[in-house]
Amino acid sequence: MKIRMQVNGAARELETEPMRRLLDVLREDCGLTGTKEGCGEGECGACTVLIDGKPVNSCLVPVGQVHEAELLTVEGLSDGELLTDVQRALVEHGGAQCGICTPGIAVTAESLIRREKNLDHARIRELLAGNLCRCTGYQRVVEAVAEAAAKRGGAGDE
Amino acid sequence: MSEFLSPRTLAEALKLRSAHPDFTVLSGGTDLMVRATERDYPVGTIDVFSLKEMRGVCESDAALSIGASTPYADLLRSDVVLTMLPNLHAAIREIGAVQIQERGTIGGNIGTSSPVGDTLPCLLALDAEVELRSQNNTRRVAYSDFCTGYRKTQLGADELITAIHIPRPAKGTRLFWRKIGTRRAQAISKVMGAASFRIEEGVVSHARIALGAVADRPRRVEAAEQRIQGEKPSERLATEVAAIVRSDVKPIDDVRSTASYRLDVAVNIVRRFVLELV
Repeated sequence: MKIRMQVNGAARELETEPMRRLLDVLREDCGLTGTKEGCGEGECGACTVLIDGKPVNSCLVPVGQVHEAELLTVEGLSDGELLTDVQRALVEHGGAQCGICTPGIAVTAESLIRREKNLDHARIRELLAGNLCRCTGYQRVVEAVAEAAAKRGGAGDE
Repeated sequence: MSEFLSPRTLAEALKLRSAHPDFTVLSGGTDLMVRATERDYPVGTIDVFSLKEMRGVCESDAALSIGASTPYADLLRSDVVLTMLPNLHAAIREIGAVQIQERGTIGGNIGTSSPVGDTLPCLLALDAEVELRSQNNTRRVAYSDFCTGYRKTQLGADELITAIHIPRPAKGTRLFWRKIGTRRAQAISKVMGAASFRIEEGVVSHARIALGAVADRPRRVEAAEQRIQGEKPSERLATEVAAIVRSDVKPIDDVRSTASYRLDVAVNIVRRFVLELV
């Protein structure tokens, strides 16, 4: 099947098996290996990308479903060396350790602060519940996202 | 390469369904795609996730109708779902996390009809009806009849699940939901309970009690419903209803929990529902 999509602002066209996972097409066909595979069953959130602005597990989406969709992966967040507020806050707060969950967290958090105002810590924890991290214990991740949200105009502190 | 059909209209989707009864019907993929790399691709797929005619919420005096391809995230943002069906709203809020809620659909939950489908006990407690359409026919089936066994349903090979219709709860109705899992988000449920009780002049005039993850399919506990109907809620009644649940429900051991734990939890969930009425 011929798939046309926008990935991080650039048009892509490829011919592939439509039931392949979007995760694999991004990593293998598009060379975008920032998106990670953790569990392969929609539990861990490491493979989170945005489809038309919405966070989804790319391991659960057959690529046939993103024909004519707009995708954003972790590679599309920063502007060259210029990090997003979420990325910078994750670095400054130590909200990353081994790093495999970090792309998924950065992408999910970006969608949350774009879509929702007044993100307090409890709400951030609920909205990031689908992104598992085995290193940080989450506290620094939550603090980082709260700071980034506050910068964007939502109250973030508790 | 497998065939992937993306109909633009419901009429087209029904035509394709009739022409390809062996194709898999795909909605949000949150169940079908789990560990997809461990299986062969399906012969063909009919994608109904983006069908506009199967999306959205429609309120009438009698009922709330939900398009089968409506993602959970849309239902969570719906004020009418929150106010009319707070137990369904609460159940959906505990499904997966945002990534699953953006893709998972109520029609998918119904089509799969897993014993652990999180909306299904609510649909039983709310007397929901599933709308099934084929090219030549539209029919409605009570969800309690629709699911006929372990992941088995009445869906015909030429039919699509197009909507779910939930009668507006009568005045004086109290709705309940409780899910027990390892954690609130993501975890697949160990036991879920949903209930609907109508109270008129201090007496329960209508009762529905439904449980998930305790049988091969989501199920009502009719014997407990009958015991409570016509009674005034009391602590004694709660204990009696709990005893009925204990003798009527036969859960199993599996990777997520044990039969004895599930039974204790199911009994306690129902007892607390009734105690809430006292």
